[in-house]
Amino acid sequence: MVRLSSLWLLTRKSAVGALLGITISDRYLTISPVRGNSMHPTFSASSTSFPGYLKGDLVLIERFCLQDFKFSHGDIVIFKSPNDHRQIYVKRLVALPGDWVEASSDILKIPEGHCWVEGDNPAMSWDSRSFGPVSAHQQTKFFFFPLQFVSAEIKWVATSFDVIVRL
Amino acid sequence: MAAGRLSFLRRAAAIPWSSIAGEAIDRVLLVAKTVCAVHVVNTYVCSIALVRGPSMLPTINITGDIVAVERISPLCSLIAVGDVVLLRSPENPLKTVTKRVLALEGDAVTFLLDPTKGFATKTVLVPKGHVWVQGDNIYESRDSRQFGPVPYGLIEGRAFCRVRSITRFLLLKHKSFVVVVTFSVYI
Repeated sequence: MVRLSSLWLLTRKSAVGALLGITISDRYLTISPVRGNSMHPTFSASSTSFPGYLKGDLVLIERFCLQDFKFSHGDIVIFKSPNDHRQIYVKRLVALPGDWVEASSDILKIPEGHCWVEGDNPAMSWDSRSFGPVSAHQQTKFFFFPLQFVSAEIKWVATSFDVIVRL
Repeated sequence: MAAGRLSFLRRAAAIPWSSIAGEAIDRVLLVAKTVCAVHVVNTYVCSIALVRGPSMLPTINITGDIVAVERISPLCSLIAVGDVVLLRSPENPLKTVTKRVLALEGDAVTFLLDPTKGFATKTVLVPKGHVWVQGDNIYESRDSRQFGPVPYGLIEGRAFCRVRSITRFLLLKHKSFVVVVTFSVYI
């Protein structure tokens, strides 16, 4: 009986912890590993499978920008892919609504409510040059600065910090 | 003077600070837990929305209807043709609109270019990962006929139930309210 009640206590505590964690990560801040090399010098991934990707760059994501959707050029954003809503991509915002961009011998005007994203590593990046402007609401998160794990110790990469925050 | 200060300090020390702090933390935690539970239920399970506007007449009233919105279908990719969905407007991310899904990815949609004038039609193929939404009132609706197919990720919920009428019934004797609510359920 003692084991049952302590198990119940554990379940309750973990449920409360999960609720708190989900709310905080949906509304305020969350940490996520980066997979893929489309943002290569900025964020490097070490591998695409679990647990290898935890050794690559980890980024801190803030969601406060979703209150008013005011982004600036050069912000790194994450968003759901327009072709598959289960895939989440990280790219840099290159153009905002009303700007003109050049895309494969065409010149496009970005419509209202959309934006143009491109990866820092154009050779390995599946971005707006392929799927067109991205609707602003699909941006669910915004990158703040990267935390780099070096053998279980959090190392702050000072130069990246200066560069990533508000270019 | 010194005696006054000492007795004040003694009285201050007599207040059970740690138990007050403990109780305060418990209350704050309770409020935080409730807020988190409400957020999780509203975002991932079910929610209520007030829908206004002429674009979904006669299904939804122009002055506003309360609808129950379930959030599980878009997350599990269970949205089907004919569902009334709430989605973020592709033209303005701060606005949420309600429309009906008429076609999923891969389908071809034919629509009248101008329903008030003539019968000219256009056929569009819905690309991968997108849906075609239209309001039930095609004369007064700004939907996929204007802004094109909408990415699936913009869908926020499926409206499955509408509160049709609320009548208040006052019992003179007990002065209590009985609220009668009838639901009409979308299939």
